[in-house]
Amino acid sequence: MKIEFRVNGVQHTVDSYPMARLLDVLREIGLTGTKEGCGEGECGACSVLMDGELVNSCLVPVLQVAGCNVLTVEGLAQNGRLHPLQEAFAQTGGAQCGICTPGMILAAAQLLERYPNPTDEQIRDGLAGNLCRCTGYQKIFDAVRQASAVMAGGS
Amino acid sequence: MFQTVGKPVPRKEGRAKVTGQAKYVDDLSFPGMLHGVTVRSPVARGRIRNIEFTGDLPWDEFTIVTAKDIPGANVVALIVDDQPYLAGEMVNHTEEPVVLLAHRDKHLAEKARQAVRLDIDPLPAIFTIEESLAKEQIIWGADNVLKTFLVEKGDIESVWAEAAHIVEGEYRTGAQEQLYIETNGMIATASPDEGIAVWGSMQCPYYVHKALQKTFPLPPEKIRIIQMETGGGFGGKEEYPSILAGHAALLAWKSGKPVKMIYDRAEDMAATTKRHPSLTRIRTAVSDDGKLLGMDIEFIIDGGAYATLSSVVLSRGTIHAAGPYECPNVRIRSKAVATNAPPHGAFRGFGAPQSIFALERHMNKVARAVGLEPQEIRRRNFLHTRGATATGQVIRETVDLEKLLDRALELSFYDAKMQLFARDNVNSRIKRGIGFASFMHGAGFTGSGERYLQSVAGVEADAQGKIRILVSSTEIGQGTNTILSQIVAETLAIDYDQVNVAQPDTAEVPNSGPTVASRTCMVVGKLVESAAIGLRQTLLKADLLADDYTPAEFAAACAHYIEQFGPLKSFSQYEAPPGIYWDDDAYRGDAYGAFAWAVYVAEVSVDTVTCEIKVEDFVALQEIGRVIHPVLAAGQIEGGVAQGIGYAIFEDVVWNQGRMANAQMTNYIMPTSVDVPSIRVYFEETPYEYGPLGAKGIGELPIDGPAPAILNAIENAIGLPVNEIPLTPEKLMQALAHAEVSAVEASVA
Amino acid sequence: MRSYVPDYELVAPESLDEMLRLMSREPGVWRPIAGGTDLMVLFEAGKLPYRKLVSLSRINQLRGFTASASHITLGGLTTYTEIQRNEIMQREFPLLVKAASWTGAVATQNRGTLAGNIANGSPAADSPPALLVYDAEIGLLSERDVRWTKYASFHTGYKTSLMEPDEVIAHISLPRTTWGSKHYLRKVGTRKAQAIAKVALAGLAKMNGGAVERIRIALGSVAPMPIRCVETENTIAGRMLDRSAIEDAKVAIAAEIAPIDDIRSTADYRRRVTVNLLEEFLESLLE
Repeated sequence: MKIEFRVNGVQHTVDSYPMARLLDVLREIGLTGTKEGCGEGECGACSVLMDGELVNSCLVPVLQVAGCNVLTVEGLAQNGRLHPLQEAFAQTGGAQCGICTPGMILAAAQLLERYPNPTDEQIRDGLAGNLCRCTGYQKIFDAVRQASAVMAGGS
Repeated sequence: MFQTVGKPVPRKEGRAKVTGQAKYVDDLSFPGMLHGVTVRSPVARGRIRNIEFTGDLPWDEFTIVTAKDIPGANVVALIVDDQPYLAGEMVNHTEEPVVLLAHRDKHLAEKARQAVRLDIDPLPAIFTIEESLAKEQIIWGADNVLKTFLVEKGDIESVWAEAAHIVEGEYRTGAQEQLYIETNGMIATASPDEGIAVWGSMQCPYYVHKALQKTFPLPPEKIRIIQMETGGGFGGKEEYPSILAGHAALLAWKSGKPVKMIYDRAEDMAATTKRHPSLTRIRTAVSDDGKLLGMDIEFIIDGGAYATLSSVVLSRGTIHAAGPYECPNVRIRSKAVATNAPPHGAFRGFGAPQSIFALERHMNKVARAVGLEPQEIRRRNFLHTRGATATGQVIRETVDLEKLLDRALELSFYDAKMQLFARDNVNSRIKRGIGFASFMHGAGFTGSGERYLQSVAGVEADAQGKIRILVSSTEIGQGTNTILSQIVAETLAIDYDQVNVAQPDTAEVPNSGPTVASRTCMVVGKLVESAAIGLRQTLLKADLLADDYTPAEFAAACAHYIEQFGPLKSFSQYEAPPGIYWDDDAYRGDAYGAFAWAVYVAEVSVDTVTCEIKVEDFVALQEIGRVIHPVLAAGQIEGGVAQGIGYAIFEDVVWNQGRMANAQMTNYIMPTSVDVPSIRVYFEETPYEYGPLGAKGIGELPIDGPAPAILNAIENAIGLPVNEIPLTPEKLMQALAHAEVSAVEASVA
Repeated sequence: MRSYVPDYELVAPESLDEMLRLMSREPGVWRPIAGGTDLMVLFEAGKLPYRKLVSLSRINQLRGFTASASHITLGGLTTYTEIQRNEIMQREFPLLVKAASWTGAVATQNRGTLAGNIANGSPAADSPPALLVYDAEIGLLSERDVRWTKYASFHTGYKTSLMEPDEVIAHISLPRTTWGSKHYLRKVGTRKAQAIAKVALAGLAKMNGGAVERIRIALGSVAPMPIRCVETENTIAGRMLDRSAIEDAKVAIAAEIAPIDDIRSTADYRRRVTVNLLEEFLESLLE
């Protein structure tokens, strides 16, 4: 069936089974930045924002996305200019193998939206649904702190 | 002073990764591509009777491959040719591949996989080290023994009579899943005329290249292996990709179409390799004043159903078993045995985390027996420069373990915390404790390994003076692209941005060896450095460059050279540093070119209500030679420590008849962001003469120390020694209950 | 992805009436799906036993909070995130707020709903122990009926309940009688976040001097379904809370649970921890 929704500001009409996972649909329209790590909502690699709320796209049937706005990692940079979180992850070593990175950055975006100046505990809780096997999370915390400071500076 | 080395330059592929543009294998799609799936054995051991294709499925649309369809040898070429690509008559472990299917429709392929019925007559199987040693069933070779080693130093039998203390202990470690977040995946194209090309997630393109040569009737140049961006490996993508690449290529060979195979998480966890479970028994003779007189160590690992890399894992575990201590009389007897579990394989540390866990727990036991503090027993036995390891390797570099220990204890406020916890624990349900481990990890292949590998690395310049590094060493998150570029930029005195690393493609890059064994920085880095020096020499000899030059002059020289002589490339091949000697038969000599040395301190709390364990603070201090990139190096340590925390207290592979019963991320528990403490990383830098700009290897080191440090801290917290990991709350509660019962029985007696 | 996607049907009615009509026309055929945080996991694993699903995502009548003097009523589609943000919940029902904050992580909390958590019927679900001690009532809705039932009698066994095949959990109502009570909740999982409970104990008690005036105790993961421990409550209700009362309660609770060995934990551990948590809760009442 035909399902319409917006991704990164662009209207899409997909012809899909209603139970198809949002994750697969996004990847099929070429947005492969959203990754599959576990398929059971545990690792967060497939995290996207759906109407501003962080979701695991592997657990969202695409029919439920009809009429929604989806933001994926591809939609974060504006006119080639990286989002402060992307800059920070690249600079602080928050990305190693990179497979958790898109989801992690979106989880961090949700976190900073809720808590622009998060405490360490808020950072840990906000990212607890995004598993990283490379970094031990320390550099990811650094990245979030750095992005928070940059965003507060209004640059 | 260095211009690039030691600086936190941006990760080469960092921008691609943070924008989602980096291409992993599952992000590729080829026209006409099929999707491949694997039908696996549900039983651990048995004889295949029949394969039935059931259900209402268009079976004629499927490409179906069984053992009979393999054009060459049905063997995954590695060390011993015992493992088939597809089981033909017998299955020897759960999840062993039997049938491959491919179809245009990914979902239909999966549906079909579930509709294939394997009719297998089960045979009795064995699942533990004990069952294998008891030869309840002979499932491999004549005696289930995959490999043994014997290391001897001095005369172990001479020590027991004079020893003031004889301390014995038994230590166990469990399997551990690598749990890279990107599962294994490959895409293959194959035909007799065009040859084979494979794109995939892997650590070692040339391992795959070698393996496919046996399976397909093709010359080496008709097999091409290309590494895509790889979402973590940790050893889990060392040998296994050879199997998956072979499977994808077999389906492509038969169908004539590109075939993509991506494991889902459940399949990846259940079917691919894990860290070898181990059992170590240690018997030490100790003098009155705490000197180790003799160490008798028995080290046994469970290799699973086939030999794979178990012999090499066993070797590293064996050599690290005596730790960073000098002892005149040592005997290490080690054995890898077969069970009907999926083969265990490479995982960061490669045997060393197992034997180091045992020894570092044992050293605390020795301390208790002698009546010394854990730090004091180690001080009295540390290896020093010019001292000799268990294999008789004389340490030539400067090593100062006392200094590392003192600094680590100071950084962790060890003494003050010891006192504080001893006081506060008395009336608290939360018991806190602190503990440490001191250890070393050898960089590069063991013994003659690097000599056999004869790795080659190259650099190529273009007319703009840009350098492309040619290596098969892969970027899997650890920073290969960045550090090799730094080394070359530094060596050639050009800008870091002018250097890049070619995508590993066996058609394009030489074999710089596998991306394993903490060798990429130290060994391949050195080759790349030499190749860069060679390139500069070429320009100097051609009179195109002076001794001193600017980056612009370098670029101009490259342009002139290429115009006059054609391509400007330089290659370098491995040569052992002088004075390195290894005897493979006696297992004696210089096991590693260099070691990294470390002392890790863990602080824990144990909630006696629930036996939940929390790591509250972690100090990781190490000497790793020159630090090429401070942020990446710290990132390696932090990541390794987090995996080590998981290994120690969370990550429990639940086995049921040789099958992983908890093959989901929901039930196999790795640490989240709230489970790791602040990990405080410190480096000491003693440049190593034969490493690139003084660097040694660090990739594996950080997984060795956390488990013993944490268990030592737990013992300090609760006053009860536990010698098995993973130490889950269930096991700890059982141990405490058992200790309580024993105490009551003792008081009654 | 182990399910064959074309085999599954999903519809998203625009109204509650439309949905109830569908469910009444073919009772037991249509399975409601809200945030999908449980059902989609089964779907991925090839273990979803329902072929026809009806999405509640557009039914706004089942969202939000309604407070009266005596009760607060939550729409079944209230998410864990919304529970955590509600001020009445924070003040009067802190255990449910805690449980919501422990369910999965942010992405799960944004999507997962209270009705889904109840309907899924997992003995390890996070919200039930809190709902049980708060004496929640469940509003079940079908085309033919609206009925209310005590949550304590809702589950009838492992993944079974007294819900009829044409019913949905429309509302969850909590009596606002927690003032002056002590609230206790502990969830024991293997890790600190994104954990599935191996044992969870919720307790609510009102003390009068040293005596237990009123007490409710509930547990997750130690029986085929979430349970209220009525026998244990009766052992100490009205008594002075002294050492012997605590010891009696420990004996009672050990007899009231039926924990099992599974891939996440052991029966022995669950039994010991249950008793220890109860002791911790009761001792906290003495402070």
